[in-house]
Order: sequence, then C-alpha cells, then structure tokens
Amino acid sequence: MTQHTRATSEIFTPSGQIQFGVFFQGVNAGTIWKAPESGSQTDFESFRRIAQTAERGLFAAFFLGEGLRLREHLGRPHALDVVGRPDAQTMLAALASVTTNIGLVATQNTTYNDPADLAHRLASLDLISGGRAAWNIVTTDNAWTGANFRRGGYLDHADRYKHAEAFVETAKRIWDSWETPDGPARRVLQQGQHYTVDVTPRLPRSAQYRPVLFQAGDSPEGRNFAARQADVIFSAHPKFDDAVEFRKDLVERSLAAGRGANAVQIMPASEFILAATDAEALEKKEWVRSLQIGPQQAVAYLEQFWGRELSAYDPDGPLPEIDPVVEETSETRGSGFHGAKARQLADQWRAEAKDKGLSIRQFVTSRTARVDATFTGSYTAVADQLAEYARVGAVDGFNISPWLVPTGLDDIVNHLVPELQERGVYPTEYRGSTLREHLGLETPVRSSDGAVGAVRA
Amino acid sequence: MTNSFTPGFLAIELDDAGWEGAEISRAVLAAESAGFHAGTFTDAPAPGRANALQRAAFAGPVTRTIALVPEVDTVYTEPFHISTQLASLDYVSGGRAGWIVTAAESPAAAAAVGRSSVTGAALGQEAAASIEVSRRLWDSWEDDAVIRDVATGRYLDVDRLHYVDFDTAVDFETPAGFAGAGYSVKGPSIIPRPLQGQLPVLAPASLLGEVSADAVDAVLVSSPTAELLAAEVRDVRGRIGAPVAVVAELDVVLDSRGQAAGERVAGLDDGRAVYAGSADGLTDFLSELLKEADGVRLHPASLFVDLEELGRLVLPELRRRGVLRPPTPDGTFRDLLGLSRPASRYATTAAPAGAGK
Ligand SMILES: Cc1cc2nc3c(=O)[nH]c(=O)nc-3n(C[C@H](O)[C@H](O)[C@H](O)COP(=O)(O)O)c2cc1C
Repeated sequence: MTQHTRATSEIFTPSGQIQFGVFFQGVNAGTIWKAPESGSQTDFESFRRIAQTAERGLFAAFFLGEGLRLREHLGRPHALDVVGRPDAQTMLAALASVTTNIGLVATQNTTYNDPADLAHRLASLDLISGGRAAWNIVTTDNAWTGANFRRGGYLDHADRYKHAEAFVETAKRIWDSWETPDGPARRVLQQGQHYTVDVTPRLPRSAQYRPVLFQAGDSPEGRNFAARQADVIFSAHPKFDDAVEFRKDLVERSLAAGRGANAVQIMPASEFILAATDAEALEKKEWVRSLQIGPQQAVAYLEQFWGRELSAYDPDGPLPEIDPVVEETSETRGSGFHGAKARQLADQWRAEAKDKGLSIRQFVTSRTARVDATFTGSYTAVADQLAEYARVGAVDGFNISPWLVPTGLDDIVNHLVPELQERGVYPTEYRGSTLREHLGLETPVRSSDGAVGAVRA
Repeated sequence: MTNSFTPGFLAIELDDAGWEGAEISRAVLAAESAGFHAGTFTDAPAPGRANALQRAAFAGPVTRTIALVPEVDTVYTEPFHISTQLASLDYVSGGRAGWIVTAAESPAAAAAVGRSSVTGAALGQEAAASIEVSRRLWDSWEDDAVIRDVATGRYLDVDRLHYVDFDTAVDFETPAGFAGAGYSVKGPSIIPRPLQGQLPVLAPASLLGEVSADAVDAVLVSSPTAELLAAEVRDVRGRIGAPVAVVAELDVVLDSRGQAAGERVAGLDDGRAVYAGSADGLTDFLSELLKEADGVRLHPASLFVDLEELGRLVLPELRRRGVLRPPTPDGTFRDLLGLSRPASRYATTAAPAGAGK
C-alpha cells in the first residue's frame, strides 16, 4: 500500500515498524547525576555524544525540552534534580553541524514567543540542517513564568489552544509563503485577539518543505489540536493497553478533523532499563530508582504537598503525621501539575502507605518513578514486547529519556536496536535525508493560498 | 586596550555564506585558517537571510579559534530569550561567543510582531535595557552553583542562584502602546553562567549615549569614506573615554583573478567606508588603521572571492609587519579582547534567591 493511501484512508493501518527518538530532558528527577559516569548537562560534548549515538542507532529524532522559569520548591529554586539547560534551537543548530541524518526537535512555547519570530527561527533551523527540524508545540502558560517576559501575562486557560492554533496556522502560512525556491514571498497578515502579524517572510521552503510538527499536551483540547495540526503526538501513554486506547482515540479525532486515520503519528515518552537477562535488568532498576529518588528527593516530594519543611522526618520511616499547612497543594512550581485538597491527599497517602507498609522513600518511588513509562528486561524480552506494539500499531515509536547523560543510549543502540532489526520492526537505514522522510510523513499540503489570512482567534 | 602598540585583530562578516550548512562551514573554516579572529553574522531582515545566532551556533563545533559573533536585535525580541540563546552559543562554541547589539528601526520589524514602531532615543533605551537584562541573567548563576553534592542530595547550591529583578522603572520615550512599555524580568536564568562569565557585547557607536560605554566591551565605528575612518576612530575613542575596544568598519573589494575591484564595487551602497583596489594597497591601509583601531571588521563584497585574496596576500603580510596578532588557539573571545573573566556581580554581596522576595 502506498503512503498516500495510508495517510488519507479512513481505516487505520499499522506500519509494522517502530522508530526511536531521544528526549534530552535537561530538567527532571529521571536523569541520574549521582553516578560516577554522570556527565555534564551543559557541555556541548554531552549533547554531541548522545546525538551521535542516537544517529548510529538510526534514531529518527533528537528532542530538547524547554522550561522558561526555574522550578521552585518552598519558594526557592528546586535544588535536588538536574537543572539548567541550553536554548533548544541554538543547541540543535550546533548539533546540525556534527550529525547528518537525525531529526532535530525543539520544544517551544506558544505563549512567550511571537509567531513571526519563532516561525523564522524554526525555518532557519530547518534550512541550516538540510530539512531536519521539528517543533514540539507546548502551551504551558502561567503568570509565574510570565514574570520572565516583557509580554508578561498569560492567557485564559480555556483560550490556550485557540491561541496556539492561530499561532501554528500563522507559522504554516509563513513557511508556505514562497512561490518558488527563489521567492518572492507572499506577505502574511494575521489580525487576531492575541496578536497581530504583518510580515513578508524571508526564507524559502526547506528540503522537507516545512518543519515537522510535534504536539505534547494530553487534555481533550490538546488532542483535538494535535489531530488538526500536528504530524506526531509526543504522548504520555506508553503502556500497551493504554497505548492502544490512545491510538483509537486519536484516530477518531483525526477523522473528525477531516484527516486520514494514519495522519498523526504517536511517540510516547518512555524509559528503558535493559540488561542481558531479566534478572540483571531488575537489579539494575533498583539501582536506577535509588539514584533517581534519593532520601532528600523523597522528603522534598512530600514537602511540596504539605507546603512545609519535613526534613526532620526519616525518609525510611512512615509518612509525616503532621498535617499540611496549605489548603491547596502547589507541587514544585514549573512541573505543570495543579493543586488538589492538601489535607485530603495527605490522609489518603498515609492510609495507603500504612496499608502497604511503605516508608516515605518507598511510597514516593512508587508514585514518581515512571512506572508506566519504563520498559525493564532483557534485550530480547523487551524487543519481543516492542515488536508487538509494532504489529498492532499501538504506537509509531518511542521517545526515550535516557537516565544517564551522555552514555544512556549505548546499550539501547548496541543491543536493543539489532534485536529489533532482526525482528523486522526497526529501520535498517535512514529512508532519506529529511526528518519527514525518516518518519514516512506526507509532503504537507500548502496552507492557505491567499496572502491574507482569515481573521480569527 | 588603548595601547596603540598592541597588534590588532580582524573580524570578517560571513553573511554571504548563506544558510546552507556546508557553505557556513566552508566560510568559517576559510576565515579561521586565514587567521581572522572573529566571524560576524548580520541579522538585518533580508530575503534569504537565516537567523544569525543559529548560523553562528552551527559554526561553533566545526571551528576552534575564531570568535562567533551574531547580531541580535533588542527592540522586538524578548530579553530573557536572547540572553538564554547567547549563553547557549557560548556553550556550543567553547567560550567563543559575542553579541553585536542592534536596535531595529524599520516599521516592518514592528509590524511583524504587531507592535507600534520604536524610534529615536527609545531605540537606545531598548538596547540598554536588553543588555542589562542579559548581563544580570548571565551572572544569576554563580560559577560554582552546580555542586552535585551527593552527601546532601543537592545538585544545586541554591544560595548561589539569584533573582535579577530587573525593572525598566520608567516607560521608554515612545508613543503609547506595547512597544514602548517598560517591563520587568524576574530570573534567575534557565541556563548556568556562560563559559566566559559574560559574553563580550559590541554595539555600533550610533547607540552610544542611551547605551552607556560601560555597558559594552567594544564599539563599532563607521565613516562615510575610508579617508575619514581613522579620524572617526580617534574621535569615538576620545568621546567614550572608557576601556572599550574600538573596531572600525570597512567594506572591501579586492582586485581578483584579473578582475579589477572597481568592476565589483557597484553593489556596495551601505554607507560604510569602502576600500577598493589591490591587496597590497589594502595591507598598507590596514597597517595604518590598526594603529588607531583595536580591530577592523571587513565586509567583503564577495565573501569567497575576497576571502581567498585576504588569506593569501593581506593577513600574512599584516602579521609579518607586527600590526596583526596571530590567532590564539583555544582562546575565548574575552581573551582576544584582553578582558579577564569577571566574577558574578552577585557573588558576594546580593541576597540569595528566595530570601526577602
Ligand atoms: C511527554 C510530554 C512532554 C512534555 N514536555 C514539555 C516541555 O518540555 N516543556 C513544556 O513547557 N511543556 C511540556 N509538556 C507539557 C505540554 O505541552 C502541555 O503544556 C501540558 O501537558 C498541558 O497541556 P494539556 O492540558 O493539553 O495536557 C509535555 C507534555 C508531555 C505529555
């Protein structure tokens, strides 16, 4: 079956393949910094090493995350996790010079950027990299992050995706504005509630026409937005049954949006803990978890819900008997969660921990470790598992967060990839030179042939 | 810096290389092997011109010695973003990044982001505010903020991170509307302190006044003709009276491959001083100019044509005459400018982040 019919068909057809991406997170508890082999989070060498290893393993894409204000804990910057990361597009432009095939995906926010500026910079990255750029569209917005920006403020939560969609449509028109590779460009005019754009774009289309669009947002509005606008969803649903469910949901939404059942691909966030045997992998997992959630992290995790210092409590003892001092919980600011009633939550957790006989540390590990996103086992066992995902088309690939920088992909590339190739479910070469080609995405339909966009949002 | 016996440095504008990765590499490597000390990347809006900072970032990993200095606008950009981007450029270039501050004047730049046009003194005020925000953010992580202390479980020493609490205090002198509104930036930065501590900041002399000379590390000086350039350099140096490098701007068109420079000069009409002629003549001209200026930035009429002649005939002779210093392998851009690595302004005096908000 040709790709054209796959992409426009109303019936979902599994490709029978999976792809890998690597998500260099830069800010999180999942990256271990306490091991002797933990490298720098900012030196270019760390990024080069991971990107080149991924490319050796024929990964489709290298992702960088973004957070525009440092996370805080009890009113001060959060101290316990890796933090401090380079600007995504600047780093990716540099990585473009030391890689030749791998896609380069920048997470960029729609609230704290101007459409014309962001579209121009993404087009630049796409051209400089020879058609390998992508934008992971995120919509995180709050006044607290806005304090770093002159445009300040933030949007009504309900308006977030309306704004994001107008933003993305404007970006697409900017990318599509050149009549021929040599120009001249059409003027793009957008007048809206959230911004006004009047620009004559400067850059021609890239080898992949325009940057590939990823979307990471899981609410119904977020999913609908992706179904209308995105090429790939960076999802939070890696476990098999959940992934199958999510696929069904997304296929429905894509069809409702007037696109084909295969139009939007899915790559969930994931983590791999692998070894030669299942037993060794489980042992490794213990070690990984102990370094991800140390005693201080465990107590700090509770502190953000209790709203008070709990350092007097033994991480290996029971949950604190004292009550939270806050009404609403305020999980570490910048981690993107919203409050629940604190007292109620504390009661519930104390009961649960007591029931299961869990210490603070054990309890927190059970809650925070990427339980759902972790594949643990021997190379062959995990390869069999992933082959099943490929067979039914539960996902199109996995976006892997390595727990070690910069060596965290080595065993995946050296051992898991060959197992997958043997099973015929993983690429044996890059399909072309652009990210769009690696992913098997269609040439995009050129947006809006009129010079002046509709007035909306 | 003002000692005229110190041999000078040369920068070259690399815009002509365009946006293709292979061409950027070819240009920057040619400039580096010719002995240029810095490559610059203009960002003035023009058809076919890709983002300057990204072109500089691409050049980072393929070079070892040459400083990489993009223009970045200060009027229609977010200071927090450009600070992060420039700090990141410093990381990907191993400490060879700098910043040419520009202040976009064109109404088109304002329309692109839906703001009212900024003019007059407000341009310099925007630039000054942006520079101050970046400099504070670059200092907002002290050098040793990342401690990786396994015993206490702390990756960071939070006492070594600082809110910058920048506030323009007064609205800029500009018509009402978003463009001229004052603003504030909280911090801290989202990236650790740049490798150089502070990136060298270069600004055109036209912005001085609203931008204080103390806020920059180098000033770019233009004059309408080559004959007036040395005098203009002297004049600017006299006016600023601060230990700031003075860099002369010169368009260059060399006789090449049997084609006289005069035949190629027609395309140049940017208001900068032009040298058109033989390589020998340029060598003599630069020998004199480098006695007045700390450095000269060349804008070649045709990058690859002129670069070949410059590398073959002009730079070796300037070095032989002792007016041009040899490149320093693995040096930072600050090293090139004779600037030491400054301590963070927050290192000893300011309150830590979180205290007394
Ligand atoms: C796997 C995944 C990765 C994400 N990465 C980022 C990120 O790097 N930066 C960011 O600001 N938001 C990130 N987000 C947040 C989303 O973009 C989105 O703002 C958030 O999920 C709230 O949107 P929603 O209400 O539609 O879920 C991520 C979300 C997911 C599911």
